[in-house]
Amino acid sequence: MNAAFTAEELEFQQEVRQFLEAEFPADIKNKVDRHIRLVKDDYVRWQKILYNRGWAAPNWPVEHGGTGWTPVQKYIFSSECARVGAPETVPFGLKMVAPVIFTYGSEEQKQRFLPDILASNVWWCQGYSEPNAGSDLASLKTTAVREGDHYIVNGTKTWNTFGQYADWIFCLVRTDPSAKKQEGISFLLIDMKTPGITLSPIVLIDGQPEVNEVHFQDVRVPVDNRVGEENEGWTYAKVLLTHERTNIAGVPHSRVRMGKLRELAAKTPDGNGGNMLEDPVFAQRVAELEIQIWALEYAELRTLAAVSTGKAPGPESSILKIAGTEAAQHLDELFMQLAAWQSLPYVPEQFEDSFKGRAVGTEASAVTALEYFNNRKQSIYGGSNEIQKNIICKAVLGL
Amino acid sequence: MDFSYSEEQQMLQDSVQKFVQRHYDFDARRKILASADGFSQEHWQLFAELGWLTVPFSTEDDGFGGLATDLMVVMEEFGKAMLVEPFLATAVLGGGLISELGSGEQKAAALPAVMDGSLQLASALAETNGRYNMASVATTAQRDGDHYLVNGAKTLVLNAPGAHRLLVSVRTSGEVLDCSGVSLLAVDRGAEGVHLQTYATVDGFQAAEVTFDNVRVPVAERLGAEGAAFPAIETVVDRASLAICAEAIGAMDSLLTKTVEYTRIRRQFGTPIAAFQALQHRMADMFIECQLARSIVMMAAMTLDSDIDPRQHQKAVSAAKSRVGRAIRKVGQEAVQLHGGIGITDELDVGHLFKRVTAIETMFGNTDFHTARFARL
Repeated sequence: MNAAFTAEELEFQQEVRQFLEAEFPADIKNKVDRHIRLVKDDYVRWQKILYNRGWAAPNWPVEHGGTGWTPVQKYIFSSECARVGAPETVPFGLKMVAPVIFTYGSEEQKQRFLPDILASNVWWCQGYSEPNAGSDLASLKTTAVREGDHYIVNGTKTWNTFGQYADWIFCLVRTDPSAKKQEGISFLLIDMKTPGITLSPIVLIDGQPEVNEVHFQDVRVPVDNRVGEENEGWTYAKVLLTHERTNIAGVPHSRVRMGKLRELAAKTPDGNGGNMLEDPVFAQRVAELEIQIWALEYAELRTLAAVSTGKAPGPESSILKIAGTEAAQHLDELFMQLAAWQSLPYVPEQFEDSFKGRAVGTEASAVTALEYFNNRKQSIYGGSNEIQKNIICKAVLGL
Repeated sequence: MDFSYSEEQQMLQDSVQKFVQRHYDFDARRKILASADGFSQEHWQLFAELGWLTVPFSTEDDGFGGLATDLMVVMEEFGKAMLVEPFLATAVLGGGLISELGSGEQKAAALPAVMDGSLQLASALAETNGRYNMASVATTAQRDGDHYLVNGAKTLVLNAPGAHRLLVSVRTSGEVLDCSGVSLLAVDRGAEGVHLQTYATVDGFQAAEVTFDNVRVPVAERLGAEGAAFPAIETVVDRASLAICAEAIGAMDSLLTKTVEYTRIRRQFGTPIAAFQALQHRMADMFIECQLARSIVMMAAMTLDSDIDPRQHQKAVSAAKSRVGRAIRKVGQEAVQLHGGIGITDELDVGHLFKRVTAIETMFGNTDFHTARFARL
C-alpha cells in the first residue's frame, strides 16, 4: 500500500500544470473566479483546447480517442484542472452518451457520433427524467412506436440541462408498453432539429432558467438511431447512471472550494476586531469538513484504482455521490455563514458577464445564497441520495 | 401555567388568517413582489385599519399592548403566507427604536403615524465589518453647531427604498467596537448626501446599502441621550429577532404541511412516496424540530413579557434564535429534498418558504452567533 505519487506521476503532474498555465484561457478563468455563469462558447472553446491536446476524454478507451491514463493520472488531471478553476467538461456527450455508444453502439454509430463528441463539434443533452418518473425512472412514459424505418416519439422529458444549446438529445423511451417496466425501454439518439421538439425553460429558486422541459410531439426518429437492442435500453441506462454518479462526487472541486473558504474566512471580520478563521467555532466547522473531504478523497481514489478504462464503477460509486454532494452542500452552508448579511441581496445581474455597475457586497458574497439554494439540487439529481442509499442496501449490503 | 392564547390573541390570529385567506395566496404574493413598490400599499392601509400596526406598541404609546406574545401570534401567521409588507422594518424595528429612545415629542410626531400606516421607517444599524455586532459602529456623526455631520455606510437596510425616515446608529464618541458612544439619529431618506443602492433580498424584501456622505442632521433629530443608544438598540434588535423566529415557526409549519401533502400525492414505484418508512421518519424529525422550535419561541416571548433582568431577556432570545436556526436548516432542507426537483423550482411555494427561513436564520445573528452569545450571558 502506497499513496505517494511516483516520479512518473509527478512528472505528469508538471506536464498538466504547464499545459493549464499555457492553454487555459484567462477570460474563462476570470469568469470562474468571479462566479460569472459560463455560456456555450466558453465550454466549447475550452473543450476544443483539451481535444487538440488529446485530453478531452480521459474515460474513453484509447481506440476511440481516450488518453490511456491510469486512475492516478486521471485523478491528477482533474485535481489540477479544479485547482486553476478550469470547468469540468459538459458531461452529457463526453461522459454520458459516449460510454453507452462505445460500449453498446454499432460500428456505424461509433464512427458517426464519437468523433464529433470528442471534438466538441456536437452538443448533447439528456432525456431521462419525466414529470412523473424521477426516482422511479423506469416508470417513464414517453413512447416510441415503430412505423416502418422510424419510431414516432411522444412524451415529455424534464430537468434537461443546456437543452437550449443542444444539437442532439439521448432519450429513454418506452417501446413495449406491455412488458415489465424495465423491460420495455429503448435508448434513442434524437436530432434536436427534428420537427415536433419544443423546449420550455424551468426557472429555479435562484431565479435562473437553468433547466428545461422537452416536449416531443410525433417526432420521427430513424430506427438506425437506436443504440443496442430494442427493449434493452434500461441495461444501457444503468451503465450511464453509474458513470454519472462518480462524475458528480466533485471531490477535487470541493477541495479547491475548501481552500477558498479558508482564504475568505481569514479576510472576513468577526465583528469583534478579529477574523472568522480565528473564531474557534467556525474554525472547528471548517476543520470537520476538511477532514470529511479528505476521507472522501481517499474513497474516490480507491474507487478509481479499482476501475479500468472505460468500465463503469460498481455500486460503491453511490457512496461517492452521497458523501460528495453532502460535502459540497456543507461547503455552501459555511460560505453562507461567512457572508452573513452580505448573502441576502438578490443581484443576479452581477454574475452576468455584461454587468458594468457597482457591485453590492464584498467580493462575490451576493452569489452565496444563490449557490446555496441552487446546490440543493445536488442531493436530488443523478439519482437522489435516497435512491443511492437504496442501491447500497440492495447491491452492497444484500438487504 | 397556561399556554393557551387569550381571547384577544385569538381574535388577532383570526384576523390575520382571514386576511391571508382572502388576499394572500401564492399567486397574489407573486404579483405583489413584481409591483413597483415590492409590497402592497393597499394592504398596508388595511393592516392599519385592522389595528395590526399597533401590536408592537405599549398602551402608554397608545398601542395594542406591546406584548411579545401578541407579536408572536401575528408574526407566525405572517410567516405561513410569507407576507412581504414591511411590518418588521417599520413597526417592530423603526417604531421600536422610537418607542424606546424617543422623547414625548418625538414619539407623538412619529408613532401615531406609524400606527395609522402613513409613516414608513427603516433602521440602518448593521455595517459590513461589524457582522452581527450592533455595537460595531464605524459610521460617524461629528457635532457641527446644532447639527451632526454623518459619514459612513450601512448594509442591508430593510425597507430603505420605501421609508420616509431612516433611524441610523452613529458613533459620536469612542472606538469602533465600544458599546458606549453609539447614538441614534432620525434622518430623512431624501436628505442631501444619503445614497441608496437598492435591491430586493433573496426572499423578496426591499432593501438597500445606504451611504452617508456629509449628511447634515439637526441635533434635535437625535433619539435619546448622546452616546447612550446601544442598550435600546440591543433590546429592539432582540425583539425583532424574536419576531422573525415566530415568523419562522409559521413558515416551517407550512413547509411541513406541504411536504406531508406532497408525499401523499407523489407516486413512484407504484405507491405514494409517503408510504416509505425512510421518508416517514424524516417527516417525523421535521415535526419534532417544528415543535421544539415553537416551544422555545414561546418561552422567549413569555420571558420578554415578564418583568425580570434584561440579561435574561437576551439569553432567552439567543436561545430561541439559535434553536430555531437549527430547526430552519433541517426543516427547510428536508422539505426541499422530499419534494425532489420540483422543490427547487420558482413555480412552487416550497422553494420560497425555504428562502425566507434561510434569510431568517441569517438575519440578526445566525445560529453560531446566538449560541456563543447565549454561552457568554
